[in-house]
Amino acid sequence: MTTASTAAVRVPAISVRHEARAAFVVWQRELIRFTKDRARMVSTLVQPLLFLFVLGAGLSSIVRSGTGSVDFKTFLFPGVLATSVLFTASFSGISMVWDREFGFLREMLVAPVSTTAILTGKCLGGATVATLQSLVLLAVAGLVGVPYSPPMMLALIGLMFLMAFMITALGLVLAARIKQVQSAMPMVQLIIMPMMFLSGALFPLSGLPTWLAVLTHLNPMTYAVEPLRSVVFDQLQVDPIARAAFDPGIVWNHWQVPIGVQIILVVAVSIGFLAAAVARFARTE
Amino acid sequence: MGELRVAARTSETGTGLVPAVHVRGLVKRYAEVEAVRGIDLDVAPGETFGFLGPNGAGKSTTIKILCTLVAATSGTAQVAGWDVATDRGAVRRHIGLVFQEPTLDTYLTGEQNLRFHGELYGVDRSGAAARREEVLRMFDLWERRGDEVHTYSGGMRRRLEIARGLLHSPKVLFLDEPTIGLDPQSRASIWEYLRELHRSEQITVFVTTHYMDEAENCDRIAIINEGQIVALDTPERLKAAVGKDRVQITTDDDRAAIGALRERFDLDAAVREGMITFAVSDGASFVPRLFAGLGVSIRSVTVHRPSLDDVFLAHTGTTIRDAESAGGVLHPLAVLARGR
Repeated sequence: MTTASTAAVRVPAISVRHEARAAFVVWQRELIRFTKDRARMVSTLVQPLLFLFVLGAGLSSIVRSGTGSVDFKTFLFPGVLATSVLFTASFSGISMVWDREFGFLREMLVAPVSTTAILTGKCLGGATVATLQSLVLLAVAGLVGVPYSPPMMLALIGLMFLMAFMITALGLVLAARIKQVQSAMPMVQLIIMPMMFLSGALFPLSGLPTWLAVLTHLNPMTYAVEPLRSVVFDQLQVDPIARAAFDPGIVWNHWQVPIGVQIILVVAVSIGFLAAAVARFARTE
Repeated sequence: MGELRVAARTSETGTGLVPAVHVRGLVKRYAEVEAVRGIDLDVAPGETFGFLGPNGAGKSTTIKILCTLVAATSGTAQVAGWDVATDRGAVRRHIGLVFQEPTLDTYLTGEQNLRFHGELYGVDRSGAAARREEVLRMFDLWERRGDEVHTYSGGMRRRLEIARGLLHSPKVLFLDEPTIGLDPQSRASIWEYLRELHRSEQITVFVTTHYMDEAENCDRIAIINEGQIVALDTPERLKAAVGKDRVQITTDDDRAAIGALRERFDLDAAVREGMITFAVSDGASFVPRLFAGLGVSIRSVTVHRPSLDDVFLAHTGTTIRDAESAGGVLHPLAVLARGR
């Protein structure tokens, strides 16, 4: 029999296990693509390092004269982690535009798995890549006065992963809208740059003019940056006045929003972005 | 491996009796254009079925409905026994799809593309590696499996897509214009692989094309024009139905030969392209009679069977090329629909 010699395979009915496998292989592809793209790896590292050592050094002389006990570079460190994550993760999400352009999106969407599984894999992939990238930045913590405390490092890694998941999901929402490759980068400029500047990554949230305070409070990124900064400041010997100036936390109408609530908020927004992306991709492709 | 196949069989709704593709009254309407206007179709398991027509005739729309990518406006369609509207997941698990446009990740290797596909389709891991090797060897890509796809030629990429479409052992393989954009040599080679596939695997192949010569490779073909099937049969019978073969001969004495053809065979012959040319209903069996009865010595004989071009012309009153240029003008929305 000729059939006996063919390696026929069976495709099972849709199951949780199958969905997990699909998400896992999409995740794996993100990692493979990332490790092959050296240029991207280097270029997305240069920007945060510039922020940290050039902008940080340039501004620290002015800022220090006012408050004394915290080096501006130290303040900037968690913010720079956040911008690194922001750019790497948003690029991962937006890369779906290229997947569409080169047809691979179709290969994924016609498979007998849910769009949710595929996009979840994509978000986990983007989050992993962005977190791995940030490990390089974590390594220079000592140069800017942040101690190498293992619990702090673990907390930072976890928080960055979560932030990266949210941003990748946002990138997917945008990618569902962008049909042309050449519009992808302008879109990043339009959405991602404001998210960076309005998040408190590069300046403290204390004493902002009202319009700016309102915008930062509406930016989901703010709630992902503040836990990072809080975790770092917990490790520093800083007098309360300096901490209040540099790390005032987030206040909603006199209520100091706890870090736990901020994290829950980021989780909720991540799920919201992911659901929006799933709805859009399921409808438009 | 045989056991696996048996196991897969038991979960089916009775292979063999169920047509691979079963379509009744299929209609697809886009805003103002009816891309598909009432199609009935049955494709038997194991058959290589060609869907032939000019661009914009409704081929791609039909294939998209069968692959659950587009919902029909009305009518029903079943693929491998599953309804495309209500059993989308089951249909997708049992079909292989090769689109007109490339859908490979060119920065992954050939084998990585297949691995990705296998995981996405939930292919049983124990047999996956063997199956990958099998399809890669079938399409002569085994040696290049570790190279990134952007280093492949156009023909190799197409082969990889077809190999990938077969990876999860589908019941029906849909190929939408599998040779589009390839040079004639690669086109011919793709068909050689498809014929080989036809021999080695028990699979139904549903292929669309607007190349008449390629449709000759199919067991049966449906000719579609303006959203309707205008003819459906084996290529041989379709051509026979159109009628006569064209016979061209060269002789020592053309004038005497033409006279003899008129007198003895009641045929109107004329010199065209430097040869005596005439039409008969069965050229192959006419040739011996010609030699026996013409009385003028013959130097060469050529018999041209009617081509599918002639078939298309007979059924639609236009050539496929004219239909395509007209289609572009008359049905801009059909073009739009194709781009989806």
